[in-house]
Order: sequence, then structure tokens, then C-alpha cells
Amino acid sequence: MDYTPHGREDIRQMFESLKISSVKDLYSNIPEKIRIRSYGIAEGISEPELRGVLEKFAGMNSSVKNLKSYIGGGAYEHFIPAVIDDICSKPEFYTAYTPYQAEASQGILQSIYEYQSMICELTGTDVSNASLYDGATAAAEAVLISIDKYDEGTVAISSAVNPMYRKVIETYLKSSHCNIEIVEHTEGITDVSRIERQISGKLISFISQSPNFFGCVEDVKALSDYVHDKKALSIVIANPLSLGILEAPGRNGADIVVGEGQPLGIPLCFGGPYLGFMGVKKELMRRLPGRIIGRTLDKDGKKGFVMTLQAREQHIRREKATSNICSNQALMALRAAVYMVYMGKEGMKEVGALNICNSHYLAEGVEKTGKAVLKFKKPFFNEFVIEFKKDAEEVFKIFEKENILPGAQVKEAGRNSILCCVTETKNKNDMDEYIEIVRKL
Amino acid sequence: MKNNTSLIFEKSVKGRKAFSLPGPVAKGKKPADYIPAGFLRSSLEFPEISELDIVRHYTNLASKNFSVDGNFYPLGSCTMKYNPKINERICAYEGFKDVHPLFPCKKVQGYMSLLKEMEKLLCMITGMDEFCLHPSAGAHGELLGLMLIRAFHDKQGNRRKKIIVPDSSHGTNPSSAAMAGYRIASIKSDRDGQIDLNELRNALDDEVAALMMTNPNTLGLFEDKILEIAGMVHEKGALLYYDGANLNPLLGLCRPGDMGFDVVHLNLHKTFSTPHGGGGPGSGPVGVKKKLEPFLPVPVIRREGDILTFDFNCPDSIGMIKAFWGNTGVILKAFAYITALGDEGLKKTGETSVLNANYLRKKLEEHYNIPFNKACMHEFVISVKDLASKGVHAIDIAKALIDRGIHPPTVYFPLIVEESIMVEPTETESKSTLDSFIDEMVQIRKEAEQDPGSLKNAPVNMSVKRLDEFKAARFPDVRYKAGKNNI
Amino acid sequence: MSIPGDLKYTVSHEWIRVKDNIGTVGITDYAQDKLGDIVFIELPKAGVELEANSDVAVIESVKTAADVYTPLSGKIVKVNSLLDKDPSFINSDPYNKGWIFEIQIKDMSELEKLMDSSVYQNKISED
Repeated sequence: MDYTPHGREDIRQMFESLKISSVKDLYSNIPEKIRIRSYGIAEGISEPELRGVLEKFAGMNSSVKNLKSYIGGGAYEHFIPAVIDDICSKPEFYTAYTPYQAEASQGILQSIYEYQSMICELTGTDVSNASLYDGATAAAEAVLISIDKYDEGTVAISSAVNPMYRKVIETYLKSSHCNIEIVEHTEGITDVSRIERQISGKLISFISQSPNFFGCVEDVKALSDYVHDKKALSIVIANPLSLGILEAPGRNGADIVVGEGQPLGIPLCFGGPYLGFMGVKKELMRRLPGRIIGRTLDKDGKKGFVMTLQAREQHIRREKATSNICSNQALMALRAAVYMVYMGKEGMKEVGALNICNSHYLAEGVEKTGKAVLKFKKPFFNEFVIEFKKDAEEVFKIFEKENILPGAQVKEAGRNSILCCVTETKNKNDMDEYIEIVRKL
Repeated sequence: MKNNTSLIFEKSVKGRKAFSLPGPVAKGKKPADYIPAGFLRSSLEFPEISELDIVRHYTNLASKNFSVDGNFYPLGSCTMKYNPKINERICAYEGFKDVHPLFPCKKVQGYMSLLKEMEKLLCMITGMDEFCLHPSAGAHGELLGLMLIRAFHDKQGNRRKKIIVPDSSHGTNPSSAAMAGYRIASIKSDRDGQIDLNELRNALDDEVAALMMTNPNTLGLFEDKILEIAGMVHEKGALLYYDGANLNPLLGLCRPGDMGFDVVHLNLHKTFSTPHGGGGPGSGPVGVKKKLEPFLPVPVIRREGDILTFDFNCPDSIGMIKAFWGNTGVILKAFAYITALGDEGLKKTGETSVLNANYLRKKLEEHYNIPFNKACMHEFVISVKDLASKGVHAIDIAKALIDRGIHPPTVYFPLIVEESIMVEPTETESKSTLDSFIDEMVQIRKEAEQDPGSLKNAPVNMSVKRLDEFKAARFPDVRYKAGKNNI
Repeated sequence: MSIPGDLKYTVSHEWIRVKDNIGTVGITDYAQDKLGDIVFIELPKAGVELEANSDVAVIESVKTAADVYTPLSGKIVKVNSLLDKDPSFINSDPYNKGWIFEIQIKDMSELEKLMDSSVYQNKISED
């Protein structure tokens, strides 16, 4: 099948207007040599057949609905209110494009302005952009801001930052003149004294994550104070869902707060599309990458919204733009905005509290069995590293028999250790079952 | 109540709520029992609103948007084709939507084989040898493509410093090249709106890493000297980069790989029908010829015994360009589209996009100046420079179209045509829609000549009139703050 | 279009007024008119030493941005911080209140490469 609309008579009339007898007549300047007859891919199929094909693929995947997953590590299973799917499947939102024509795009523009406002409040920053691809690229773009500001020097990253984020930052910085130093964590937490010992050159930015890759909450204030002492930028990667209950990094001195917006009402979907958010201090506003939406007045003095500060962007600045990004993740930003509005002031706090209380219930229960310990004895949000006395591979097999994925196997956590994540989606029975399995190890 | 423009924050009333959550597992435990007080948040000023009021708020916002489902949307270079509903349904299958990216590979063989299959399909459609599905958007794909080019030249021990872009190129081309550490050499188009071979010859020195091209170019014209261009570029040891923004008309007709391109990025949200989402998410896969394969980002999907797995162990790889493996939710919609259309459907798609554009061009040429007026591909560019004497500009035509329920074409791009209006109808629009667009354009032309003042006021039928962009940029109000009068 | 006779001009539309070894630099009336209403200027830092024709500042209007180049080599000794608060002086008074920076000139002979008002006048009428 295809989605072209013309009937035979339409085509006849169009050919007549163009004085052609075949569409081929419009291709006369395309060299014969490169024309093809067919791709050699399969013939098209009908909609019912298509469903069948895709259902088969979907059927070969496990989902968090048919097995119990305690995996986090950068993507999280959370409760997604029905309101989000409903609102975000309105075609007026999802079949529109970038709001180039403001008067015909006030809906999407206002939704992004509101999203920006909530990201600022949540992160404790002054200005937010309209969003970036994902948490990792947002972190990389944040580092590029520090390079834009200081030209060259050392970018230091805590080893407690998600390893995938570190890899993405490395890739983005390959063509820069800056070197990257990884600062090893001490017992799951970034260690300021190690930065001092390790970094000799001019520090331009320090990147930490809180809650970090191991789930531990960092002392953002102490880190930022140190970094500011060195006249560098403090970049903090945060889990936005944790910020309903944990202090905003911006209020603790972070200059740039970025992160993965997926926990805010975005489905897991095997890793994308997600949402990179970025909030910065006012001084950095004009160095922000990507779209920014602003409020202004129309010619009758009525409030309305436009894309603004566009002189930073690639369509105007070309090679001198702050970034090459020319889109945002608008539909994902809309999901996040609806989530934040739906949870509201109390809900954000309550869901954060549930994550903390549930994860600590499981952690304490597991430790009490005597078959495993918490690797890092630090305050954590909804993830923690469990070190088993038994071989982790074997532990996985035992859990798998019960249709449970007990956590993510991450080599950064060390031998026989797994990164376990507990959110509000797990109830007491689930966790008691988990603890029971550990007890029997 | 109509046209309510208040912000969600202004609708907040203390004590209202929408959410509901299960109670805590361990009764009586509080976060303060586990987290030091200094780490806990002091306040969060978020709205407090009931569920229905939230729904109303967003339903009202939706009503203020033009969209492909509601309006003809001939936005040049953006390929705003119909987004098939079935693909949205498919994406919502539990076996796709609720899958964690870090599940062990053996638990996600459906995804792994779909992605592998998609790589193959895109290779066949573009004539490339390998594909990487990771990039999140076209610009992200460009950045990856240029990083690969850089890695390729580095490996050969010859870094090279420059990327050539034509003056008609998308702004992302030079900015992606700059981000990948290159200097830009811009070359002028010739009188036919194509790459000027003499200009190219002069610009091509040993420092050139690649030439970036869009074909058909941003005027909607096929670069018919492409084989010669490819020869010149390769002779100098440089590579040829294909910006896939305009691939749609070539579906079933010819392939970038056969034209000599070494690196290709596609926009699944343009050519392969995935929704634009109000600005994203998109997906910008990158295809390469064999010689660039070693540099592709990790992880790469490979067969290992009975199953497909992720291989992170590729010594020459440029690394990772995003967390996880791509906008899989977008990729699978494009996969469904290609599977449904098959060979014939794709060919018909390409052909119809060309037919529709040429039909509009033919019908409008009597009324508007079309600077490069010849058989075009999927789009063409009008110039309304001749209306400047009436004080009418491209922006006024655009706003007049809004009043008529049509999303305006792209205006003021490409930069090489003054007062440009770039029209791309796409293949999914019926002749009736095209005819009404023609009627409206003809009427607007009349109005521009007889009563130009009326166009300057447009739009008058929307929730707002023309907005003050100067004020927005000079006195930025980019967030709401309680108790602060921002405007 | 005002083009004062006592200034020197560049092809990139800067003017320079020289007194002893200090040059005051801004953009011309023609340039500000082309740019339209200016919303922001990124000023250079005092103390920086630059070669002639290096970009020192960025001027932004709503839909465009333009680099400002130093007409001559030298050291930036002063910037017009008034423009931080209100860049519109570049529009309303480009040759006086809209000055952008002062430069301590390194090599006076470079002045000869610049245009005088009549040559500049001819240049912009060709554009």
C-alpha cells in the first residue's frame, strides 16, 4: 500500500497541465546511468498484514509488563498517567513541526514556555532551552558551553557519572583543544580532594551527577564551591524525578543543570526517543544551544509566544552557531510538561519520597539476609549497588527463573555487584519476593 | 473562556491536585530517615490543578496549532507528509513501548532483529554498505557523518581542515562541520542554481576533507553533474557527503550511493513519514561506504551464535554519540512505513511528490516569479522580490496564508533567492488540496497588488496577531516566575 | 545615509576615528540600517591584543547576527559598556554614542589601507 491520493482522472488532468505523458518526462536531467529499476526489497503489504509483522517483532521482546525489572542505569520505569498519552496523541501537537510561524503555533509555543519555566524551577536555574536530544548529549552540550566560554583547559568528569554519558562527552570533545580527566570516586561519591590532587592545568568545567550512576546523592554544594574557587563551571547531571524531593542543584551552586527527562512520563521504548533538558544561570543565557521560547506581545498588546534569541542558532549563525542542533524534542518536552503539571507541587514530592522509601526498604531487606551487602554506604535516591557473596552470573540465573531481572550488570560497580533500581512501580509483595530469593542464595 | 491565554501557573489554586499514588511500603518511614536534611528540597513552586482542568488547558492549546492532520503544510525542505495512524498504534505495543534499553540482548531479540533489518533496508534504499541508526535528528546525523569523515582522514594520517558547502546549503551543514572541528569554505551556485564546477575546482585543494551536498538541492533541482562532481572530489582524496533532507523525490528512482556519495544521513521524520512532533523527536540514521565502517559508533549490532548482540568492542570506532542505541520509537515507525509500502509504494511515493510539486509550479508560474523555473523535483522556490515595490514581502504572503487555513511554505530560505518562498507539497496531498492552494495564492497575489495594506495586517483569524519579535529578543521573558510581572 | 568625512572605513562597514595613537571604532550608519533593530551586543574585553581584521564583537538583531572586525592591529583599551544596557545607541547614533571600542594602534601605517568617506560612499552604492 501507499499513501498517495490520486485517482486516474486526477493524474490525467495533472499530466495534461504539465504537458507530459509520464512522470519520467520530469526526470530528463537525471543521468540514465544512476537510475534504478527497483530496490529489491519486498513488495508492500496491507495494514492488517503489517500489524501481524510488527506484532511478531514485539512478541519477541520482554517488557516490564511481563517480567519484573529492577534495571535503571539511565532509563527508568515509572508510572505514566493516562492523561499524558491522551494529550500527547492529539494530532495538533504531534503532526505539527517546529513553530516557525508563531501565530499558527501558539499551542506548542506556550507548552514549551511552560516546560522551560518548570525546568528552571525544578533545577534551580534561571533559563532553560526548549530541550535537547537526550541526557547524554545535553551533558556534552553543557561541556561545550564551558569550552565556548573559556576556549581551552581541562574538563574534569567524576567517575561516578554514567559511563555512557562520559563516552558521549568524549566523542563530542574529540575535535576540541581541551583534555578530559576522569576523577575517581571514593566509595561511591565524588571526592573533592582528588580533583585538587589530580588536576594541574586550568580547570574549565567539572561534571558530576546527582544522584550519581551508583545512585548516591552527591554534595553538590561542596563540589560547586570548589569548582567556583577554580573559576570553572559546575555542571551537574540530575535525575529530574529526584528533584521533587532533593534540593535543586542550581540552588546549591550548579551553573548548568542537565539530565535525562525520560523519568517524567516518557516510555522506556528501548532507549529513545527521550528528552535532554538543560537549565543555566542567567549569565550563560546567550551561550545556550538549541531553541528558546519567549513571551512577548502582539500588535494589539495581547500576550503571545515566539522562538527567540535566534541569533545564536545555526540557521542564522551557520558555522558560528552555539550548536548545530535545529530541533528540540518538542513532543517529549510536552510529555514532561504534562507530567510535571499532573504531579504538581505535592505529587512531585510524594513520588520522590516513594522512590526513596521503597528503594531503602529493599536495600535494608537484602542486607538483612546476610547474603549481600550494599557496596556504598551513602545516601541514595532510587538506585544502589548490591554486592553479592555469590557469583553475580549465578544470581542472575536464579532470579531469571522467577522472571525477575534483579538489576543491571555494570562493570563499574565491581565484581559480583549489580546496580538495582526501585521506583514507585514496585509494591511490598514484589520486594519481599526479591528479598526471599536473596535469602535463599 | 474562549481563547484563554492564561498560563498553567495562573490556573493553579492551592490544595488542588490531579495525581494519585500508592502508599509507602513501610508505614511511618519518611525520606528524612534516609537522606540528610541538607540534601532535601526546601520548596518547589509547581502548579496545583485538577485533572479535568489540565486536560482543558492542553486541549485549548492544541486548538491553537496548525498541523498536518488539520492543515495543508507545504513547508519546503521539511517534507510534511501524512503520518500514518497505524504506525502510532504499533509504537504503543507493549513489546515495544515498555522495553528497557538495558534488558539483556536475549530478551529483546524482536528489537534487535528489527533494527538489523532496518539497517539493511536503508542500505538498499540508499546504495550504502552500512548504516548506523543512533543519531536523534538530521543535524545529529550530520555531526556523526563529519566525525566519521574526520576519523577516516585521521586514520590515513592526513587530517585535512576544510569542508566545502554550497551557498544554498542548510545552515546545519556549516555549523555541524564547525562542531566537528572543520573550517568552512562556501562556494557559490551557478546560474542554473547548481554547484558551479569552476568554483568547486578552485576550492578543492589538499586540505578539503569533504564536500557536503543536498541532492536535489534546496532549490528543488537535481544536481545533474553529480557524477562529475563525485569524480572531482574523489580525485582529490576528499569524501562526498549527502544531506538526506531531500531524499523523498528520489525514492525508487536513484540512490546516493550510486551517485558516488560516501556518507549519507537520512531524516526518518521527513522521507519515512514519522511525525515531526512539533519540533521533534526525529531520527537521523547515517549510512557509509565500506571504507568508513570501522569508525561507526558503538554499539554495533552483530550476530553471535543464535542471537543478535551489541558489540562495544570496535577499536577504530569514534565512540558513542548518544546514550543507548537510537530513537528506536521513531525508527520502528519508519520501519513499519517502509514495510507497508515496499518497492512499488516507495517508487510511487517519490514519483507523486515530484508530480505534485511540478503541478503547483506550473499553475503558479503565471502568477509568481520562479527564478529557476524548470522541471523540479519535490519542491520549488518562488521569489516575491517583485512585490517589494508594493511594500509586500514573503513574510506577508506567509501570514496571509495562515488566515486562509494553510501553513505557510518555508520563507527566506534558501538564502540565494531574495524574498523566497519554498513550496513542498509532498505526495500525500490530493489534487483538490493543491487546487485550493493555487486559488488562495492567486487571490493573495491580487490582494498584494491591489490592497497591499490588508496583507500587512495578516493574520487576523488566529488567537494572536503578529508578534513583537524585537521585544522578545531585546527583553527576554523565557520563564514564568510567580509574583513577577515579566512583561 | 550619513558618512562623516573625518573618519576612515572598512569593507566590513566599521568606522574608525583616530586621535593620537587611539582609534575609536563603531559600525556605520549603513551597517546599522542593514541589520535593523539591534537587540544585543557581545562586547570585547579590554586588554586583548588583536591583529587587524580579527572578529572582536558580535551584534545581534532579531533575525541576523554580524561580526565586528578590528580595522587595525592593536590592543583594546576601552569598551562602550553603555551598549550592554542599551545596544540601540548603535541604531540611533552610530558615530557617537554607539561607538563600540577603543584600540591602541600598533602600526599607524595600516591606516592607509582603509577607505576614506568618498571611497566608502562609492562602495556601498555598488552593493
